[in-house]
Amino acid sequence: MSELRSCREAYTETLRELATENPDIIVLSSDARGSCTLNGYVDALPEQYVEIGIAEQNLIGVSAGLAAVGKKPYVCAPACFLTARSLEQIKIDVAYSHQNVKILGVSGGISYGALGASHHTLHDIAALRAIPDIMVIIPCDAVQTQAVLRAVSSMEGAAYIRVGRDKIPAVYADRPEVEPFTLGKATVLREGRDVTLAACGELVHYALEACNLLAERGIEARLLDMASLKPFDADAIIKAAKETRAIVTIEEHSINGGLGATVSQIVCAHHPTRVRTLALPDEFLVTGTSLELFAHYGLDATGIAASTADLLTFLE
Amino acid sequence: MTLHELTAEATEIRKALLTMIYHAKAGHIGGALSSADLITALYFSVLNIDPSNPTWEERDYFVLSKGHSVEPYLVALARRGFFPIEELSTFYRFGSRLIGHPNNQVPGVEMNTGALGHGLSIAVGMAIGLKKSKRKNRVFALMGDGELAEGSIWEAAMAASHYRLDNLIAIIDRNHLQISGSTEDVMTLEPLKDRWESFGWQVREIDGNDMQQIVQTLKSAPFAPDRPSLIIAHTIKGKGVSAMENIALWHHGVPDKTLYETAMNTFDQLQKELNNE
Repeated sequence: MSELRSCREAYTETLRELATENPDIIVLSSDARGSCTLNGYVDALPEQYVEIGIAEQNLIGVSAGLAAVGKKPYVCAPACFLTARSLEQIKIDVAYSHQNVKILGVSGGISYGALGASHHTLHDIAALRAIPDIMVIIPCDAVQTQAVLRAVSSMEGAAYIRVGRDKIPAVYADRPEVEPFTLGKATVLREGRDVTLAACGELVHYALEACNLLAERGIEARLLDMASLKPFDADAIIKAAKETRAIVTIEEHSINGGLGATVSQIVCAHHPTRVRTLALPDEFLVTGTSLELFAHYGLDATGIAASTADLLTFLE
Repeated sequence: MTLHELTAEATEIRKALLTMIYHAKAGHIGGALSSADLITALYFSVLNIDPSNPTWEERDYFVLSKGHSVEPYLVALARRGFFPIEELSTFYRFGSRLIGHPNNQVPGVEMNTGALGHGLSIAVGMAIGLKKSKRKNRVFALMGDGELAEGSIWEAAMAASHYRLDNLIAIIDRNHLQISGSTEDVMTLEPLKDRWESFGWQVREIDGNDMQQIVQTLKSAPFAPDRPSLIIAHTIKGKGVSAMENIALWHHGVPDKTLYETAMNTFDQLQKELNNE
């Protein structure tokens, strides 16, 4: 397996390349240059950086104003603050006003596991999917993160991209034959006819490991990478519902209103089948590292494989 | 336009917005009337704009942060030629683009506002962007006084002086009333001038219903190099309709037929007097 790499570093590396080519790109942050790995960018392109200080509402409002005069703002800040404190600015100043603002939420989900619920972001899919005219994307590794950024940078309109904090294994580095990201499309990472695993974000690589554990038990699982939460590939889900016995969704998000809810809604409307949602429970979590929390809540490879096998046993 | 013509235009705008609200049976009439002179001055004397090309590269930008005062804004845009005056009769109607808050589907409207406390941040972003592009366009933002309780306003106020935005001119429609009563009873704003000055702004206080003071002050901005400019425009909520003046209940409210006709007659009389001057 290739070396571990964080999505935020991959993002800022590509952002720097894009900004070097395009002087209209302006990066903004709220005293989070370090968290967003922007120090190198700021040193290299100081005129294309705007520091806002710890003021996330102003951060988004200013970015909308920059877009309104023709700049291409890229906001980078911790996902927990961006998608709660500045949610109204994202809704009105960016999405409703149709401004071309790209928003990167770093250290999303439970990256800041031990810092407590103030720093967890387990509501962003639910909150942002309910706002029209903003793309919602959660890439699963550094390679896909860079593909996502290149894809959205060529499009007008608002986008929210959430990445985690830690260095993680590359899912796509060893798969040159697979296109790492297409907006609105699921990526089939593994074919299988017994069950479908639909995952997004950092949990995709655990889901991939889980597929291997299941294969050892004779269960062939299909794995869908659902990085594009909005627009969402309903067709891939309907196909999975028709062709496999059940769907297990896996996400670093609250069990309410995320990937599982989205998949269930589609399945119920088009081809009812059993859906099991693996996510974080509707409670303030115990604290620990994200790896400890994934294991505790059954979201690591062992947990995903066990839940999937259990579901198939139940269906027999 | 001369001051005399601007005053007459403001009266026409008041008549039109009163008619819109009367027929729509909805609207934020008090603040619409208090800010009508400010918006008239901006759109008929101060802003560098081209109604035939609303997205003209060299235009000045205007953000109505107190989005609920949309009525004089829409009337001014229509009368200035951004869209047909007849369309004003669709205000609040099903499917109309003339809704109860600014909407940038309407030619001339830059940004959608309505939730309070957003506009100054947007204006700061515009001003930073224009400076970075070395463009000479100016940015104007009109805020309400009640919305100054929003913390985001002060985040933006801090950023404006930090970035030395002398291309940003903000105006407060200081009518001293908000929906629940006096601003000072709801949440103390005074000493307002000191507060803004302490945030690094150059501040002027004027009578915001006096066309001469408005135009003169707006045209003298920026008030100091490297600093954002603020005009605290003291106005009368409900200005021009005596039954509504300085009454918080008229924050929103719809005149009945008698009050509407009385107010329209008063404005007609005012126009006659202006014509005789």
